[in-house]
Formats: sequence, structure tokens, C-alpha cells
Amino acid sequence: MSIDLKTIKHISKLSRISVDEPKAKKLAGDLNSIFKFIEKLNELQTDNIEPLTSIAETTLKLRSDEIKSKNIREQVIKNSPQDNEDYFVVPKVIE
Amino acid sequence: MSDITKQSLSSLVKNIKDRKLSSVEITKAFIDRSEKSNELNAYITEDYSSALDKAKKFDQKPNLDLKLPGIPMAVKDLFCTKNIRTTAGSKILGNFIPTYESTVTQNIWNEGAILLGKLNCDEFAMGSSNETSYFGNVQNPINKNLVPGGSSGGSASAVAGQLTPITIGTDTGGSIRQPASFTGTVGLKPTYGSCSRYGIVAFASSLDQAGPMAQNVEDCALLQEVISTYDPKDSTSIDFKRNEYSKELTNNIKGKKIGIPKEYRVDGMPQEIDELWQKGIQYAKDCGAEIVNISLPHTSYALPTYYIVAPAEASSNLARYDGVKYGFRARGDDLIEMYEKTRSEGFGAEVQRRIMIGTYVLSSGYYDAYYLKAQKVRKLIKNDFDEAYKKVDAILTPSTPSSAFKIGEKKDDPVSMYLNDIFTVPVNLAGLPGISIPAGHDDKGYPLGLQIIGKAFDEQNILNIAYSMEEKIAFKNNISDWWIK
Repeated sequence: MSIDLKTIKHISKLSRISVDEPKAKKLAGDLNSIFKFIEKLNELQTDNIEPLTSIAETTLKLRSDEIKSKNIREQVIKNSPQDNEDYFVVPKVIE
Repeated sequence: MSDITKQSLSSLVKNIKDRKLSSVEITKAFIDRSEKSNELNAYITEDYSSALDKAKKFDQKPNLDLKLPGIPMAVKDLFCTKNIRTTAGSKILGNFIPTYESTVTQNIWNEGAILLGKLNCDEFAMGSSNETSYFGNVQNPINKNLVPGGSSGGSASAVAGQLTPITIGTDTGGSIRQPASFTGTVGLKPTYGSCSRYGIVAFASSLDQAGPMAQNVEDCALLQEVISTYDPKDSTSIDFKRNEYSKELTNNIKGKKIGIPKEYRVDGMPQEIDELWQKGIQYAKDCGAEIVNISLPHTSYALPTYYIVAPAEASSNLARYDGVKYGFRARGDDLIEMYEKTRSEGFGAEVQRRIMIGTYVLSSGYYDAYYLKAQKVRKLIKNDFDEAYKKVDAILTPSTPSSAFKIGEKKDDPVSMYLNDIFTVPVNLAGLPGISIPAGHDDKGYPLGLQIIGKAFDEQNILNIAYSMEEKIAFKNNISDWWIK
């Protein structure tokens, strides 16, 4: 299979990464060589193999539902790129 | 004492406990050498003046019962440090100042250590040469214009160059063991779940592990003892009985069965790597171990599996960098344009490449063909190790398929860069512990490493084997201080 420019543009939209024409071409080349390498997995017959979903074979621990972090609003918004007192500010969403 | 920075961690700790050296003397020595070492570009953020303040404070009322009393230490810039900038080597986190501390670094400070600064790494730990860092590439102290490996390249360079007595890195596919091998140092990737991932900038959550990087095995064991704790803040942290690794360290490995997997003799492997491996087998025998030939049949599928699983998890983890809550934000006329420009300008080329691969393999119509397939092959790879460990106690392989290469040499060919991790990636996929120890030099005089892979939670065993072999190998790192004018 090969990844064409149309596919690159589709992935770029899904990834929310803007891509211009030269960058798309470069990415198509890179991704094709990487996927050629990945295709090796098709040599293996895996129909009856259970997928490995968790490497740590333990069951998740239960804990009581307690609030441990209180009054951390200031900490939470401390690194926001644009401040406006108590909110995260973004470009307008609704026309 | 002018040779403070040459001392191992264990010897510095002993000198502090015997009151022969103060924390200020040691901290000053490492700051002084770090300041003369800017050409290595090992640091992203320095915190020298507050390190000195902490050292003074320690000396006023020294608590000598701690495991790292007054010891200065720089750490990889992937660990969140409270009120100290944490960048993950990325422009997108270039101004990020965490309001909390990672569990692993907190464990280190709790034992008396002092932060010197944050060390350079590949952007979001994605790379094998430290060339993807937004803050520039790192020089290998072994030779000028040689990569230190990656992604923990700044960490490896700082330990080999004696800018810090010891450090911590993270390892997702080889990012501790490969740079350790390239710089003639020791690096341990612990069992998945051994060290908490809380507060570590996430790359691929089912593979990421923090671990120690040191000048020798004893130091490595001591730091592992400090950083490995059960942590309820990480739901994949495992509550098992941890050893006192440094106290229980022994060079007696008589009768231990060490497996040699034939599939690691890959096509085109340089002869010097094969020779190093043969020498390693002989060292292991000399230490009293029994050598057993084993097979790990799915080894050659590990890298292709990794390059589906790791980017898939990365694309999901890195979705949080949207320019809204923290980090870099580009201007955009609307929300979507802001997201797309922020991520396009904020992430470097390798990170964008991996996000795109990950997005593709998870996207509708391709999930089964790629991601599910990779999860199945990952199971086969883990089964290989489970089978092998019915016969052996540990496995011995080379750490890398070559010695350190020149800066720029592999930068434009992602696949040839990925091949660096061919011997280390299977260990992450199976969640096992692995340690790289320096074991010889190639014909250019560059260091080469051997890797010892253990059963899950069997860090003590591979540390013991490494300790015993280290004694027999008697490796000496040739560092000329070429970067110090």
C-alpha cells in the first residue's frame, strides 16, 4: 500500500497539525518508508492470538472517592497561555 | 579535593557520611565543571544558585541517615519539577513551569539529593541521538561531533562527562540503555510498574519507565532503590516487594543460567558487535554462570510492532497540547486554526511524524490492520520471553547494533535511526527489566555495551549479574575533557 497526499491531508486534519504542500510531500515519503517496514507484521498469522492490552497483569486497585486536591484553581490556570483571571481564554468559537 | 567529580556516587555518599566532604564542596565542584561544559549542551535549564543554597542548608543540619545525603544531581527534562521549567525538549513546553513534582524526583529529594538542573533530551523522548531536541543536539564526551544516543542523551552525556554524579532517564524503546551504551555508562530500565510514571511527561504509556543512569552498577542499584516505590497516583504502578538493591548486591552468580538468543545475531551486524557479545559470554562463564542457547522467534517483529504501538499511544497522549491550558500557543483566527498552527509550530518534525503515524494506525478502517495486529504480535513477543524464562534466569545480548555515530549521520533517514533500538525495544514491549553495561571499545575507541535482560521484577538478579561481569570486564572510559578549554 502507499500513502498519498490526500491521505496525508486527511491524517493532518485528524491530528490537528497544519501541513503545507512541501511538508505533505516530505511526510508522504517518510510515512511510506516507515509503513513498508511495518508491513513485515503481515508475514505472521495472528487470527487466534489474544491481543496484549495490558503489560502489567494486575487488576486495578479500588480506592475511596475522596477529594484530595482542594483550592488549586490558581495552580491549574497558572500556565495558561493567555490569562483572564479565572478562565482559560480561546479564540471565539461561536459566530 | 579537585577530583570530586571523578568520584562515584557511592564514594561521595561515603565521604559525606564520614564528614570528609560537605554538600557545598561537592555541589560547587559539579557546578564548576558543568559551567565549563556548555559545549556539551547537556543542560536545558540550570538551577545552580538554588542548588548551592540547598547544599548550605543541608550542611547546617546534615541528616546522614539519608541514602543520598546532600548529593547534587541533574535529571532528564522529562520529569516535572515543581516551580522549575520542564520542557520535554519541546518548543511547545518551552515555558511550562509545573506546579507539582514527579513521584520519582520527589523520592530522590526525600533521600537528601539536590537538583542541579534539567538535562537535554530528544523532543518528548522521541529519538535515538538527541538531535530532535528543540534546544539543540548534545555532544558525546567520548568525542566531538558524536551523538550521545537518545532520548536520554543529555543524561548520558552529563554522567559520562562528570557533570552530575548520577542521573535518571526514561526508557520507552531503549532511551536509557542505548545512550548508556554510547557513552560508556550503566543504564537500567526497570520492570514496567516498578517506578511511578506520575509527573513524567508521557510518550507511550504502556512502555515508558524511568530508571537510573550511572558510572557503575553499585550506584545504579542505589538509585533504583530510591526511585522504585509503589505509587497510588499511577494506576499502573505495581505493589510488589522491592529489594534493597544496593545492600543485597552480590557478585556471586554461580550457577545462574544465562540465555543467548540466536535471533539477536541480525543480518549486517558489525563484526565488532558479535565479538563483543562472544567476549560477554566468556565473561559470564568466568563469573560462574551457565550459558544456555535459547530462541526468541519473534524478535524481528519487535521494531515494526513498536512503531505502531508507540506512535499510537503518543498521538493520544500528545492530543493534550492544544495551546489552551498550558504551553506554546500560535495565533489563529478561530479555534481550529489556533490548534492546527500551535501543533504545527510547537512540535518538531519527528514528533509530528509520529503523531501522524499514530493517528493513521488508530483511524477508522485501519485500526484492525495495524493497531490490533500489533497488540497481537506484542503478545507473541511476550510469550517468547515467558517460554525462555522457563529455562534461564536472564538473557545476554549486545545493547546496540553499533557504537555511537556522527551527529547528522542518520538524521534524514527515520528507518535507519529506528534500527538503533533493535535490541532494546523487545524488552519494553514485554515490560521486562534490562540493564546496559559498558563492555569494550570498537576500533575507533568508542564504547560498546552489553545488555542483560531479566524476568519481570527481577532487577536484583540482573544487577548482580551486571555487578559480577563489571568486575571481570574492568572497563575504562577514555574521556579527554576535549570540550573544556
